[in-house]
Parts: sequence; C-alpha cells; structure tokens
Amino acid sequence: MWLYEKKLQYPVRVSGPNPWLAKNIITQYGGPDGELSASLRYLTQRYTMPIPEAKGALTDIGTEELAHMEIVAALVYNLIKDATLEQLKAHGMDGYYADHDRALYFVDATGNPWTATYIQSKGDPIADLHENMAAEEKARATYEWLINLSDDPLVTDALRFLRMREIVHFQRFGETLRLVQEWMDRKKFF
Amino acid sequence: MQRDRRELLLKIMALDFTALELNLYLDTHPRDARALEDYNRVTQELFALRQEYQERYGPLIHFGHGYSKYPWQWIEEPWPWEMTF
Ligand SMILES: [Fe+2]
Repeated sequence: MWLYEKKLQYPVRVSGPNPWLAKNIITQYGGPDGELSASLRYLTQRYTMPIPEAKGALTDIGTEELAHMEIVAALVYNLIKDATLEQLKAHGMDGYYADHDRALYFVDATGNPWTATYIQSKGDPIADLHENMAAEEKARATYEWLINLSDDPLVTDALRFLRMREIVHFQRFGETLRLVQEWMDRKKFF
Repeated sequence: MQRDRRELLLKIMALDFTALELNLYLDTHPRDARALEDYNRVTQELFALRQEYQERYGPLIHFGHGYSKYPWQWIEEPWPWEMTF
C-alpha cells in the first residue's frame, strides 16, 4: 500500500498568475514524458522484474514520480488559481477553461488527454529498463525546454529540481540494467 | 503558516530528501555499508524531527503514523499545494 505524507518533496512558489506558463508546464502532469506516465510505467513494470534490486528501484522511483506529479500539480494550480478570465483568454487557456475551469486534468501542452499508450510494459526486463532510461532522458529534455520557456524564476527553480531528479533516475536505471544483465549472464552457466 | 512551523517543515523536507536519495542508491548498492550507515542515521534524525512536528502541528502521515489532538487534525489546512513557502 501507499502512505501520504502531508508535504511536498520540494517547496513550490510562483510569482503570480501565469496561465501561459501553466499551459506549457501541464505537459509534465499529463503528457507523454510527464510524471503520471513515469510513475505508472515503473509501478506496473515492477511485477515482472527478476531481481530484488530491480523490484526495489522500480517501486521507489515510481513512488518518487508520484511526488513529482504533485509538485507539477501544485505549480499549475498556483499559476492559474487567481488568473482572471481575461488572462486565461489572452494566453490561450480559454479552451481548457471551457472543459475544466481551473481544475487539474491530465493533458499535454497542446491539450491531448493522457493515454496508456505513453507507457510500455513488455515483461522483458532488458527492454523495459531501456525504455525507462529513454523515458528519463525525454523527461529531462522536456524540463530543459520548459526552463527555456519559463519567465518566472520561482517556477524555474522547481523545474531545475525536477530536471536533476531525472538525471539521478537515469543513473539508477542504468545500474539496475547492469545488475539484471549480470544476473542473466550468471543464469546461463547453471 | 507560522515561521517556526515552516522552518521545521523545511528541515524535515531536506532530511526526507537525503533519506530518499540514499534509499534509491542502496536499491542498486545494497552492500555499501557506509551508505547504509548514513541511511540509518538520517532515518533516526528524521524520526525525531517528525515526532517533534507532529506533537506541535498534528499528523504529517495518515493511517496510524502520527497522533492527533481533538478535533481530528489531519484535515487541517493548509494542504501541501496550498503552502506558499
Ligand atoms: Fe524520473
């Protein structure tokens, strides 16, 4: 089971309403390389991982991604909660408002809804771990594009933290892949 | 949110992060005795700080992981997404 800790993993602050930035950042909530995709990808692949290190890494990284999803949600929520209708209209969030008001919803930066096709679960640990390493690099790149776009230094600070986490996850998945490969090589001899 | 509450929470958040980082590292390096020692030390510090926070401000974790005064403190605002640090 899971427990909820009543705090964010990293403090979130925004300088003021900014629907334009929210509209872009929301892709890390419900986009292909976003935190929901990441969390579900790892938490669903863990069942068929062959070694304890891999089961641990996927459980723990999948859980950390949920905390990142919460950080992204807190950013989007705070960037739009006090935005006026005029601001939402001026920054292209009128379509989002028509469907969701200022509620959170799993979409990418251009409004496409989240889909399970964003993730893979192949049952082959080598394929799955390569998928995860690529996913971490894609998430890192997305955070870099978002940092390039951001005009709010407080938001940029949180985006930098999230970018750094993808680098650490990539590293841990690389180690997990090596351990699985060693395990497979050992198996061949018996 | 009062200043000393925020400061204590930020301390817990920093320590929590250290524990998480060590945890992920240990997942793929389970025989690194030094990292394990660090993990256990941070866990102990975290336990004490959480205790202190929960005594003053109510449960930080639900489902039987922290005591509550009357009335039920778990639902007290602010929730994490409402905290502006
Ligand atoms: Fe990640």
